[in-house]
Amino acid sequence: MTTAAALTWQRRRESAARFWKQYRRHRAGLLGLAALALFVVIALTAPLTVGSDVASVTEAPGRPMESPSAEFPLGTDRFGRDLLGLLVWGSRVSLLVGLLAAVLSVLIGGLVGITAGHFRGPYATVVMRVTDWFLVMPTLVLAIALATVMSRSLGTIVLAIGVTIWPTTARLVRAQTLAVESRPYIERAKALGGGHWHIMSRHVLPNVMPLILAQTTLMISTSILSEATLAFLGLGDPTVVSWGGMLQEAREAGAVSSGDWWYLVPPGIAIAVVALAFTLCGRAVESVLNPRLGVGR
Amino acid sequence: MATDTAVAKAQAPKTERRAGSGYVRYCAGKVGGAVVSLFAVLVTSFFLFRLIPGDPVKYMTGGRKVSNEQLAAYRREFGLDLPLWEQFADYCGKALTGDLGTSYQFRTPVIDKITEALPNTLILTGTAFVLYTALGIFLGTRSAWRHGGLGDRVNTGLALTLYSIPSFWLGLLLIIVFGVGLGPIPGLFPTGGMESGGEEGFAYVVDVAHHLVLPVITLVAVEYGQTLLVTRSALLDEMGSDYLTTARAKGLRDDLVRRRHAVPNAMLPTVTLIFVNLGRTVAGVILVETVFSWPGLGGLFYQALSVPDLPLVQGLFFVFAATVIVMNTVADLIYPLLDPRVGR
Repeated sequence: MTTAAALTWQRRRESAARFWKQYRRHRAGLLGLAALALFVVIALTAPLTVGSDVASVTEAPGRPMESPSAEFPLGTDRFGRDLLGLLVWGSRVSLLVGLLAAVLSVLIGGLVGITAGHFRGPYATVVMRVTDWFLVMPTLVLAIALATVMSRSLGTIVLAIGVTIWPTTARLVRAQTLAVESRPYIERAKALGGGHWHIMSRHVLPNVMPLILAQTTLMISTSILSEATLAFLGLGDPTVVSWGGMLQEAREAGAVSSGDWWYLVPPGIAIAVVALAFTLCGRAVESVLNPRLGVGR
Repeated sequence: MATDTAVAKAQAPKTERRAGSGYVRYCAGKVGGAVVSLFAVLVTSFFLFRLIPGDPVKYMTGGRKVSNEQLAAYRREFGLDLPLWEQFADYCGKALTGDLGTSYQFRTPVIDKITEALPNTLILTGTAFVLYTALGIFLGTRSAWRHGGLGDRVNTGLALTLYSIPSFWLGLLLIIVFGVGLGPIPGLFPTGGMESGGEEGFAYVVDVAHHLVLPVITLVAVEYGQTLLVTRSALLDEMGSDYLTTARAKGLRDDLVRRRHAVPNAMLPTVTLIFVNLGRTVAGVILVETVFSWPGLGGLFYQALSVPDLPLVQGLFFVFAATVIVMNTVADLIYPLLDPRVGR
């Protein structure tokens, strides 16, 4: 048994090394990965670098709406809070919500996709009908509707985004499941007495896992943009600082008509860079796993 | 395309009639599916917004002190005193006749507010849709034909970057730079709205066009990337095909091979995806109209959300979803006409 396990691990290491070797060839993917690493470090070290006091309205260090200066490199907001500090602190919420919503959507999509591909018949028909229905619904409108009817909290946002963006994943995973299940070794496993659970977890799942990983990366980018959008529309949690929320506050404080560009530019750039970084990584992973897709060509 | 249909005709003179009835059956299936989807939207929009915590009557009165009799009167006026299933039956029946209820905040029929705002949205979305589709297909074709080149890398990179930018943020920046004016740049365009007022005839058209510039640029910038990437990958899939080698072997010019042979075939998946992407455009429209105070459906949706004015939110939710479902069905219906291999 131990030798079999050791062999498995050795193979896994080898395939990971092979994957990394091919991934390294995608320059855009490496760039995205570097940007991500930077943002993750910023978000994780935020309690040390800026601390949660930065979001306090009552103990703001500066005067309201100051332009950038040596003390406040990005200026201050309408309460006199340091915008650079808020930007750093906001990265935590944006990344966390993006990650959780993407994981939720991929969990739903993966589960629906694998089961719909494995159990055919009426179950699959009904489930895929529902998926198609969700697929044509305008995602943001549905997310807005959900966020409106639930209480204002981060959990609501994660849920509203997660349950609206899963259908693409479900479709992709189902297609891959069907392809895997038509291979002879699945028939062999069935002949040897492998049940539904065994086939789905031991044979199908490992084969769709790479696709799921690539999809998660792409979905994080979508989730981060959706989170910013919902926060901008005033549907976010008003008690936490996020990049979308900062933009909403800037607009409410009249930064647009007074031309205070320093209030608006940084959060938007942060959102765009993180979303772009995840998209680049996702595309690089996708083209390593499936060269026929042609995205990296 | 031309050669394709010629081959199809030559091969299948006998099956012509059967193929025709196949298309009718295909259409019936798709339209039936769309009707089911529309009903599902109606059900969702009804029950989803009943989940909202609190009493809807409270939103109507806006927190003012009201007597219990008045609250009861409001409930009767909006039919909120009936059992839920009766409300639902009533809602469905009225929706079929185009009655989507009465707005809490405007005290006018929801359908009136929607028909009032619809033309404005159509002007904005229509203009943007035509522009971003044309731009996306044009640049996508170029990119794929010379894939790996500098032009391709710049195009794809730019498209991906713009695709990652929140549309509302781009809109706000454009307002600051070109609306309000920044440094040496004067405010060239209006910061919001659709007209300055008081203009008539041709001057009115020019005025609206002037107001249209910034919102349309925003929408085009965030939406064309998707079309570009889809066109590019569809064309890349075609490029290894044997029929292109044959076309070149015939001695056709590169330009003709591209326009007559490769692009029409690559357009097939693109057409579907352009319609599917309309769902994303709806989201873009809501944000852009909000940012530019454009008096359309998206701006109305934002206004309704901030109250929240449930009948109006409900009605707009239905209109947005229905638009996308109808557009998708249209794409499904024209697809077999474009590609004879599908739906027979």
